[in-house]
Amino acid sequence: MPSSISPSQSKARPASSPGLPLSVEGVDLRFGGIHALKNVSFSARAGEITAVIGPNGAGKTSVFNTISGFYRPAAGAVRLGDEDITRVPVSARARRGLARTFQNIALFHGLSVLENIKLGGHHHMRAGVLPALAFSRSAREEELALREEVERKVIDFLQIDHIRHATVDVLPYGLQKRVELARALAMRPRVLLLDEPVAGMNREETEDMARFILDVQEEWGVTVLLVEHDMGMVMDISSHVVVLNFGQVIAAGTPAEVRAHPQVIEAYLGAESVTQ
Amino acid sequence: MIEFLEYSVLGLLGGGVIALIALSFVLVYKSTGVVNFAVGEVMMLGAYLYYAASVSFAVPPWVAFAMSLAVISLLAMLVERTVLRPLSGQPTVAVMMATIGMASIMHGSIEAIWGGDTYQPPALLPRTPLLIGDIMIPGAVLGNFAIAALLITGFLLFFRYSRTGVALRATASDPVTAATLGININFAARLTWMLAGSVGTVAGVLISSSAGLSPLFASAALSVFAAIILGGMDSILGAIVASLILGLVESLAAGYLGGKSRDIVPYLVVLAILVIRPYGIFGTRTIERL
Repeated sequence: MPSSISPSQSKARPASSPGLPLSVEGVDLRFGGIHALKNVSFSARAGEITAVIGPNGAGKTSVFNTISGFYRPAAGAVRLGDEDITRVPVSARARRGLARTFQNIALFHGLSVLENIKLGGHHHMRAGVLPALAFSRSAREEELALREEVERKVIDFLQIDHIRHATVDVLPYGLQKRVELARALAMRPRVLLLDEPVAGMNREETEDMARFILDVQEEWGVTVLLVEHDMGMVMDISSHVVVLNFGQVIAAGTPAEVRAHPQVIEAYLGAESVTQ
Repeated sequence: MIEFLEYSVLGLLGGGVIALIALSFVLVYKSTGVVNFAVGEVMMLGAYLYYAASVSFAVPPWVAFAMSLAVISLLAMLVERTVLRPLSGQPTVAVMMATIGMASIMHGSIEAIWGGDTYQPPALLPRTPLLIGDIMIPGAVLGNFAIAALLITGFLLFFRYSRTGVALRATASDPVTAATLGININFAARLTWMLAGSVGTVAGVLISSSAGLSPLFASAALSVFAAIILGGMDSILGAIVASLILGLVESLAAGYLGGKSRDIVPYLVVLAILVIRPYGIFGTRTIERL
């Protein structure tokens, strides 16, 4: 296993470590004849909430999958902090502090809530016999203790203590979304990607989730980048909004600026006002 | 009555070793989705390596055993890297054919090196028989069962409780998500193949040291396919229960209906059960049927 963790990201990184900036620079992505992303550039500022919005098929999920490492862009770069991670494999990005949730909840079926959450901390521990020998006993115990503390904190924070031993399959949708967020937080991320965190939720669940996301950003200092269809929620919690259309960035700025942008009003809302 | 008890006990004990072979198969199927038709040949190769080290090179049995485990693990790692990983994402049938091809290569190599003779590898465990009332249990049967039971229990605990075990289960259920959590899925696949190869080797060494070793040995794995299909291909617990049932049925059939029937009756039982539960006793309903 590669162990290219820079000193600043040591194993004992506190849960409250400040977020890293994330930037996408001139990314071009093609699938055969389809030009999914055209020269896309934007950045998510450290410790702030940035939203990527756009109509269906605008390329939002493609951007996320490029950042996660599922897609290799034809041109351009993805930068996490000072490091170019464009060619870094998916699992190694997690070790650099990148965590994500999925649009269609990707919890592990048959595993309990706690087991799912524990898997979030997995990358902090080396698996296998040889690395275990190299990894001293005290460091191992220290890491285990820290992980348990983080897991407790996360469970407490997201108020899922009462379901910790339940199998994830039996939980209602809103709670599953929360467990997935908990698992991402257990990774002690520096950048958190949320793919449609409130999709399919009712008003009340949406408000709960919005509050959790704000708390994550405020209390944990994590950089948050989210893709979302719920405009009200996006405008409420984001400090920065990036608008995609047909694979291109057509506007970026504060919610107020984006809301007033003529091209956004036309492309995204079919020439109707966003202010409702 | 005594006769029935004796056949039953021997059958159940024999089922323990079948369960080891089944475990080797299920490990791979569950975590990588590969239907491994080379399971019998891996077992056989492990046994031949053990024989070669302990008899031809006069290494003490336990050292020979460790050596054959190491060689098979290494081979499993190599095959995972050079054959199976490049094939990942290909249709199930292509991967299946690759495992059948590897089975042929192993089979052919064994015949080329050791010929068609039957060999007797040394026993790992003492052979003192155990007497419970009027039932006599041969030492080899008991020892084999004990090792199989220990190993299987160890695996169940490993998958249930250890962090690495849970990570392997997670990778099996959703490799993409596992990767985003920082789990190295290539490492998980490599570890799975190494574990499966090792379990197969243990089974091979145990069986061959009591039943002898010839190129026909791999066919012992055939009855294991019955157990796997019966138990549900993706269930470790199912494989174990089915193996015990199969061992029991085989032993009773051989005892009451004569030696030849042991090759027929178990399949009849499997057929009957599959008509009622097509996905096996414990299997997931959605598994691919072959």
